Amino acid sequence: MKNKSSRRQFILKACLLHLVYFLDMPWLKRMKAEKYFPGWKKFQNNVIPGKSSDLIVLNDRPLNAETPPHLLDGDLTPNELFFVRNNGIPPTTIDKENWIVEISGESVIESKKYTLIELQQKFPKVTLPITLECGGNGRSEFNPPAKGNQWKVGAVGCAAWTGIRLRDLLEDVGIKQDAVYLGYYGKDQHLSGDPNKNSISRGVPIEKAMENESLLAWSMNGKDLPLMNGYPLRLVFGGYPASASGKWVHKIVIRNRIHDGAKMEGQSYRVPCNPVAPGSKVAEEDMCIIEKMPVKSLITYPKSGATILLKQKLPVRGYAWTAARNIQKVEYSIDFGQTWILAKLFPAENRYAWQKFSTRISFPKKGYYEIWARATDSDGLSQPMLLPGWNPKGYLNNACHRIAIKVVNG
Amino acid sequence: MTNQDSITLLKKIRTRIVWIKVSFTALLLILVFLVVESYLPYEPGTPHTTLKNKENTFEIQNGIHIPTGLNAGSGFETTKSVCLACHSAKLITQNRATAEGWKEMIVWMQETQGLPDLGDKEEEIINYLATYYAPIKSGRRPLLDTSEIEWYTLNMEE
Repeated sequence: MKNKSSRRQFILKACLLHLVYFLDMPWLKRMKAEKYFPGWKKFQNNVIPGKSSDLIVLNDRPLNAETPPHLLDGDLTPNELFFVRNNGIPPTTIDKENWIVEISGESVIESKKYTLIELQQKFPKVTLPITLECGGNGRSEFNPPAKGNQWKVGAVGCAAWTGIRLRDLLEDVGIKQDAVYLGYYGKDQHLSGDPNKNSISRGVPIEKAMENESLLAWSMNGKDLPLMNGYPLRLVFGGYPASASGKWVHKIVIRNRIHDGAKMEGQSYRVPCNPVAPGSKVAEEDMCIIEKMPVKSLITYPKSGATILLKQKLPVRGYAWTAARNIQKVEYSIDFGQTWILAKLFPAENRYAWQKFSTRISFPKKGYYEIWARATDSDGLSQPMLLPGWNPKGYLNNACHRIAIKVVNG
Repeated sequence: MTNQDSITLLKKIRTRIVWIKVSFTALLLILVFLVVESYLPYEPGTPHTTLKNKENTFEIQNGIHIPTGLNAGSGFETTKSVCLACHSAKLITQNRATAEGWKEMIVWMQETQGLPDLGDKEEEIINYLATYYAPIKSGRRPLLDTSEIEWYTLNMEE
């Protein structure tokens, strides 16, 4: 009997092994395997750890991937669908139990160190939905083109972050009166592999760090942070370019001047202080740090390309967000801005969480349509239909999102 | 074991053998189909590549070097060996710039990312990049690319 069962096991194992090799065949990868085996892509080795294979990979070294807009159709973006923006190589060995954060810099009274567990036990725990958006989201539309990752519309997401308020932590450390800026250091490695170089070390003004919604977070949507989103500990600052929200944070510095870490200076995450003509050269001293992400919205349902019948009323929904207090209204147009109609707008739980909008649209006759969405925030600012001010690095494109619809008789 | 028993057993074995043979043939056919399918053109409508230019289908298709996605035009080899030593080819393929713009990116990499002087390779690389990855004029807002839209029939939720 024993012999028989071990033989069966052997055959089973052999079959499994063959199956694994079969799925890993390069020739299989090159064909439209998804057509024959739906869902097979998940078996591939080249998916991003902890991430859905539905993400659009823009760059694999460093890893950068965005979410197709129709997959952002929810109040909270699932961890596996949240976009990835890496400047360096994520750390490979992470000891969560012994993770230490050092708080130092010219403007702390005394440097202190906390383990992650101490942070979790000592300070009040908060969970807040907050939208993070890459400063370069929408870069691909700029003309003349701007260099860097050519993000389309999906370098944005809204997750429920659990952690502590930075304010509570900084009060415990003790901050001097001359504090100006908070800077972070993460455990990611510079692309060159040089341990003396930081891939990115940015931050926010101290007033921003003290805001009610400024967090040091260890959890995303009730789960550990995905490695690609900063496991085990990251900063979360809504309304700022997401690059301010450092990942894999092991050191926070409180500076008596604007932080001068990697990608704080030069042209990175800066726009011309005064508007410039498209294609202009702008000197470094004329570039100012981005401190506010503009009002923006995305249509998340339906997916662009929907064909419907003339008699049908099309349900449409999406999300709008801003660095201002909140969104005041979202309108849509099916005639390229000749008429704008109000959509229903839902309130958010807190500042910086994105706000849902929804509507139902009847079309007057058959044909090709585009649905354009336009949000207006509490500062009275709304989204342009054309591209906003050109800037050398292609930041802050908040032009209206649009989807294509075909209406046929019936 | 009675005679009758042996006959039924033999019959059973025979049907099983037939089944095994049928399944093996089916599996074999599927495998052959998959292999052949993988050499058929990826885009519908493009000319058929036969098994004869197998070498080409592996490396270069329609002027594109498949493993990297780079244009296989003049200067490709140098660009590949110099640039891809440090970063992904996607950093090239997703960007567009003039010769001047590409030169600026090289200078930026030299100043901040530790790229050494490229010597006489620089001209070849810049020429390659400015030729195959030149800017496309798109006005103040590009049109929705209707050729890229995958049209589908929407099943209404309610």
